[in-house]
Amino acid sequence: MSILVNNDTKLIVQGFTGSQGTFHSKQCIEYGTNIVGGVTPGRGGETHLDLPVFNSCADAVAETGANATMIYVPAPFAADAILEAEAAGIKVIICITEHIPVMDMLKVRAVLEDSESVLIGPNCPGVITPGECKIGIMPAHIHQKGKIGIVSRSGTLTYEAVFQTTNIGLGQSTCVGIGGDPIHGLDFTDVLEMFENDPQTEGVVMVGEIGGTAEEEAAEYIQHHMKKPVVAYIAGVTAPPGKRMGHAGAIISGGKGTADDKFAALEKAGVATVRSTAEIGSKMQEILG
Amino acid sequence: MNVHEYQAKEIFARFGVPAGEGKVARSADEAVRVAKELGGERWVVKAQVHAGGRGKAGGVKICDSMDDVKKVAGEMIGATLETKQSGGVALPINSVYVEKPADIESELYLSVLVDRATRRVTFIASPEGGMDIEEVADKTPERITQIAIHPAAGFQAYQGRQLGFFLGLDKKQVGEFVKVMKGLYEMFVTTDASLVEINPLVTTKQGGLVALDGKLNFDDNALFRHKEFADMRDVTQENEREAEAAEHDLNYIQLDGNIGCMVNGAGLAMGTMDLVKLHGGEPANFLDVGGGATTERVTEAFKLITAGEGVKAILVNIFGGIVRCDLIAEGIITAAKDVGIKVPVVVRLEGTNAEAGRKLLDESDYELIAAQDLTDAARKVVAEAAKG
Repeated sequence: MSILVNNDTKLIVQGFTGSQGTFHSKQCIEYGTNIVGGVTPGRGGETHLDLPVFNSCADAVAETGANATMIYVPAPFAADAILEAEAAGIKVIICITEHIPVMDMLKVRAVLEDSESVLIGPNCPGVITPGECKIGIMPAHIHQKGKIGIVSRSGTLTYEAVFQTTNIGLGQSTCVGIGGDPIHGLDFTDVLEMFENDPQTEGVVMVGEIGGTAEEEAAEYIQHHMKKPVVAYIAGVTAPPGKRMGHAGAIISGGKGTADDKFAALEKAGVATVRSTAEIGSKMQEILG
Repeated sequence: MNVHEYQAKEIFARFGVPAGEGKVARSADEAVRVAKELGGERWVVKAQVHAGGRGKAGGVKICDSMDDVKKVAGEMIGATLETKQSGGVALPINSVYVEKPADIESELYLSVLVDRATRRVTFIASPEGGMDIEEVADKTPERITQIAIHPAAGFQAYQGRQLGFFLGLDKKQVGEFVKVMKGLYEMFVTTDASLVEINPLVTTKQGGLVALDGKLNFDDNALFRHKEFADMRDVTQENEREAEAAEHDLNYIQLDGNIGCMVNGAGLAMGTMDLVKLHGGEPANFLDVGGGATTERVTEAFKLITAGEGVKAILVNIFGGIVRCDLIAEGIITAAKDVGIKVPVVVRLEGTNAEAGRKLLDESDYELIAAQDLTDAARKVVAEAAKG
């Protein structure tokens, strides 16, 4: 078992024929991900990377039975791409694109509230179930099939957590990058619940950062609903207020969303926290024994 | 992206949000011309800088003669203004806004923003106008209320009435207030704003409502579809190096410490700063070079970091994802040579071909200190900075 994606995932790629789409699709195929085609409007009927190209998600789903999509469409058109995937009934929508306007994401989220589809991202590295399915831009070779679920708002910090859990031999069940934007799809709490219910997952690493209250909500959830151990790290203790630290969502505003607040909420909920990014793996090992 | 009060008020007016009568002036003589055009006996001259708290810092003056307007505008333009909200820097005043004073009866607070928890455009209102809203929230939270707008239904009049009566407005004023909110909501969504703050929104003795101040921020990610607003950018109000970094597509934020940081990825960049601090050092900056970390970007990043006075050592932390570490190492060596860095550089490389990358760093004739892992990197860079 694992969460969200596995050997049964049939993936299409939106923005398939662009440079990013092409480069990362190749990497995913090499890893063993079952990509069944792609969508580039106006290029339906062509073949790209030996796979069929479709004009629309609806065509792609009808022809291939795709149940997941990976989106590399440029930011001005990305919200449209997400909504097209949702309308086509694709269950798992993973959007890698960054810099999507907030107003676009508000509309996307409103649609997704009444939908059976889930969105991961945008502005995220994607989702990988090691040994089965890689969807996104993460470097494959650092992963190892195993028992730790990883959920993170940051790409490179996810890689740190992966790298450390691989090095000590714990490996990962599934790694989910939920993205660094203020308005996004699945949140910590959603993914934590999936990990809690996944038999393969024995412990969870949660990597948060400054801004918003998602970590505080996660703390609340962990305290009341989780039995599996969680190790949490929050980036941005040294971040000054009012400045956007790279990610659009990483900003301390009106004194809210500081790393200290988040650490305090997690510790109050009994979560094992680490203050150093370098200690995520060792802390998990210590807990699992 | 921030705009000035005069720009915000011009946009307010387009959406039927009353913002009083006034105009921008870029010289003392122009200020006098504007004052004459406006007529009346008194004028308010306001320094145009990208920061709130101008009144208390001497950036807002009431004038009762043309000579006074000329004198005040002349003193302001060309000077700088530091306020409680300007982040510890004095911002240059390149223009002033000259306006007719309002007959103030009461001062209210009204803002619009995107609440990420509810994922809705949200209005926040308080009868405590003219105050620091964070302080009001802290001390008298019952004096603040908010209302979320559903994206499909949009703003509804009842929401305006609800807030209006909360603010203690009378029946006629509530009608006006509903129009103000309707205009602000329409403005917020059509212009891709990220924050509108009117502090204060005043009720006048004549019974009307006027936005006496106006703060307007736009979503940077949406500027591609609002060229007009993108052109309003005033780089003189921004940190010089941060603006330069943005030109090169680098995320850079200046801090007070002495350890320069260059990292790929925003989260890891923050994590690296925290790690430096944890080991007793002080980061000089936040810098995300992005996933590529090419020679060109690394070169620009080194230039930015070393332009900072007091940088005693630099930590480069790259988690090479899909990009090979040996290529990144070559880029770092070339860039360090080109820029001619005079302080110690500690490099931590991890990911594909990390071993080969570290070997290149060790063998390079340019002295770079290769770190074994994250903790080692933080310790080494803190030790190097302490030496300098």
